Amino acid sequence: MDITFKDVTYIYQANSPFAHKALENLSFHIPSGSFVAVIGHTGSGKSTLIQHLNGLITPTEGTVQIGDYQINSDKKPENLKELRSRVGVVFQYPEHQLFDETVAKDIAFGPKNFGVSESEIQRRIKEIVPAVGLDEALLGRSPFDLSGGQMRRVAIAGVLAVKPEILVLDEPTAGLDPRGQREIMDMFSNLHKEQGLTTVLVTHSMEDAVKYADHVIIMNKGTKYMEGTPEEVFTQREALNKVQLDVPEMIQFINAFEERFGKTIPFKRQTVQALAKEIQQALKGAGSDE
Amino acid sequence: MREKFIEFRNVSFRYGDEQPWVLDNVSFEIYKDEWVAIIGHNGSGKSTIAKLMNGLLYPEQGEIIINGMPVNDEHVWDVRKQVGMVFQNPDNQFVGTTVQDDVAFGMENRGIPREEMEKRITEVLRSVRMEDYLLTEPHRLSGGQKQRVAIASVLAVKPDVLILDEATAMLDPRGRKEIMRTVSDIQAKNEISLITITHDLQEVVMAERVIVMNNGSVWDEATPRDIFAKKDELRKIGLDVPFIAVLADELKQNDLLIENEPLNHDELLEELWTLHLKM
Amino acid sequence: MNNAIIIGQYVPGNSLVHRLDPRMKITIIFLFVIFVFFANNVVSYSILTAFAIITVFITKISLRFILKGLTPVWFLIIFTFILHLIVTKEGTVLVELLGFKVYSGALIQGFAISLRFFLLILITSLLTLTTTPIEITDAIEDMLHPLKKIKFPVHELALMMSISLRFIPTLLQETDKISKAQASRGVDFRTGPIKERIKAIVPLLVPLFVSAFKRAEELAMAMEARGYQGGEGRSKLRQLKIKKIDIFVLVFFLLVIAGLFITRNYS
Repeated sequence: MDITFKDVTYIYQANSPFAHKALENLSFHIPSGSFVAVIGHTGSGKSTLIQHLNGLITPTEGTVQIGDYQINSDKKPENLKELRSRVGVVFQYPEHQLFDETVAKDIAFGPKNFGVSESEIQRRIKEIVPAVGLDEALLGRSPFDLSGGQMRRVAIAGVLAVKPEILVLDEPTAGLDPRGQREIMDMFSNLHKEQGLTTVLVTHSMEDAVKYADHVIIMNKGTKYMEGTPEEVFTQREALNKVQLDVPEMIQFINAFEERFGKTIPFKRQTVQALAKEIQQALKGAGSDE
Repeated sequence: MREKFIEFRNVSFRYGDEQPWVLDNVSFEIYKDEWVAIIGHNGSGKSTIAKLMNGLLYPEQGEIIINGMPVNDEHVWDVRKQVGMVFQNPDNQFVGTTVQDDVAFGMENRGIPREEMEKRITEVLRSVRMEDYLLTEPHRLSGGQKQRVAIASVLAVKPDVLILDEATAMLDPRGRKEIMRTVSDIQAKNEISLITITHDLQEVVMAERVIVMNNGSVWDEATPRDIFAKKDELRKIGLDVPFIAVLADELKQNDLLIENEPLNHDELLEELWTLHLKM
Repeated sequence: MNNAIIIGQYVPGNSLVHRLDPRMKITIIFLFVIFVFFANNVVSYSILTAFAIITVFITKISLRFILKGLTPVWFLIIFTFILHLIVTKEGTVLVELLGFKVYSGALIQGFAISLRFFLLILITSLLTLTTTPIEITDAIEDMLHPLKKIKFPVHELALMMSISLRFIPTLLQETDKISKAQASRGVDFRTGPIKERIKAIVPLLVPLFVSAFKRAEELAMAMEARGYQGGEGRSKLRQLKIKKIDIFVLVFFLLVIAGLFITRNYS
């Protein structure tokens, strides 16, 4: 499903002394099948943005179009529940939403609400549990007896079990250790490719954005500050620094290298291995010049 | 030789008789005014170490000595005067209804007179750059600001060691930077030992010494430079390696003879410059 | 959230009433609540009403805002009035409605009781409107201080109150977050039969409780790490001080009360 925002403005507690504009005239288009990273500081409007994607909130002005579903200030789609079954959201610290007696029941909760049959739910659990890196032996346990990392995986499985077409991820790896972070992100990346999902990733990690996304939206103070491919966006160091965002470390190094040696190495999301080779060649070239 | 401040002697700990050991025969020392980073995967026992240092938990076997005192029921309150802690969740350690009340909390517990409290509140809030928020309520502060208040609250009672137990884990990059700037300011100005328990590589690089935990045991203890030289092993135990260290390794594969393990961009560029002059 | 209800809501300000010592405010309100029951004629009621209205005026909070905020209470006041009209049978019959005789005494008494009720609520809501919750807590701790002699846990009670106040916004945010997460998993909190809607609360309540307990545990640990050992030997940053203006206001209030007692005997 395509996602289109057209002049979306969202005001919290409108018409009260506490009114606060969280989004202002936001427009963008995400074609079906993209992996989009949304980046910005806390308070830049990222969370407000993603709550529009499954109709948790409706724009104060403007229109949000998700596939065939249209959401604007004066109409919520009647089939909101259907929309929510097609747009899965993994919120920050999703383990906080666990509540059922067993892991299996908690994973089944979403699909059950959306009317998926019991046999189909069981089939999906069998498929998803190993995919998120959980042991099937845990299915009968209480989710509250698990480690933090395991709880996170159960919560993610609960969202995936609904089989959404759009997957929204709000900092899904916050608080995990480096290995856990890598495993979870690789899992989402594989899922994205295998099932042809549209993925919207809210992150603070420039490295993750470079590694996984094909499109980047930079938010600042409720507006879209920049948009484009990771190469286009992240090479504009000055513009990013202006809103106190850093560029990925590889680009920082390439820039520093250029300043020192006067040799430009283009950034094309290369591996560290490839970069090392390019540096070696650049140095050789520099050496033979003299 | 520097003066020992914290000493773990063959410490073992578990949360119950039937439970697995969280710490298994752990021994190490931390010296006065030192900055030590403790790293390890989740569940490796890092945070348990922090709680043991403060007498929030007691070891099942072995002994913990803080500034010459064993941590036990008799000394625990004296130990807590010397060991200040900042925890992970910014919300769950903010006791006061305003910033100044929260900073006062620790001092009130120690019966510090009111005039002295007021003086110190101004002082410590200035040192964490939060002096403009004296009367602000916690729900109007960002995570990074709350953690800076937490640091100020600890500094107000003048401890000898400050433990940051994953204090930046729940913050965004801006909040993390704020905290690291604050912490290095403090380290530079005060005579205080720092123990940072963290996954953040930037924080690890700033420390003088690193203790690496793995499955409840001390896996290694060395300078950040020596630790990050062991890249493949670190990855095997679930940890990360800084980009610069990885790049330096790849450069070596390409016959560029980097001699010292670089920890930041400048160090690597310097190495490359030397090589380049020799070419 | 419902912005219409103002009971328990603080409106920031710097008026005389805002600046009064919270203990003084509680004392005056307590006395007012008692003496309202001594009013018995037009003059004495007028004195109390004038006092209440002038106080509202001094707070600089608009009377309309306060009256609107008391909406849920209006129902009770009107109900009291009607009840009196029906039950009381004194004086002359004024009108006869659907077989009910409305007496003149009933009208007067109904009005008096409703006014009394209204004054009570108005003046007590002024306390929370002009005093921060933490000031009220401090005042309660201070005023209950003598009960320490009979081992009443005054300090603990005050600490519990202030921590609850501190965590109200946090828990409200949490509730919002969890209900959004569950709504995304297909829970419908708003429509459907009552039974279904009650069932829908479970996935909200369980995580809330789990998180509240976790917070409590972590907070207790953080407090202990910061040297908290109970009320013994603690000093206090917050201190309440009776100022000249507090004394002046009390004296003025006592004069009002004296006026009330003098006018009570008028007929």
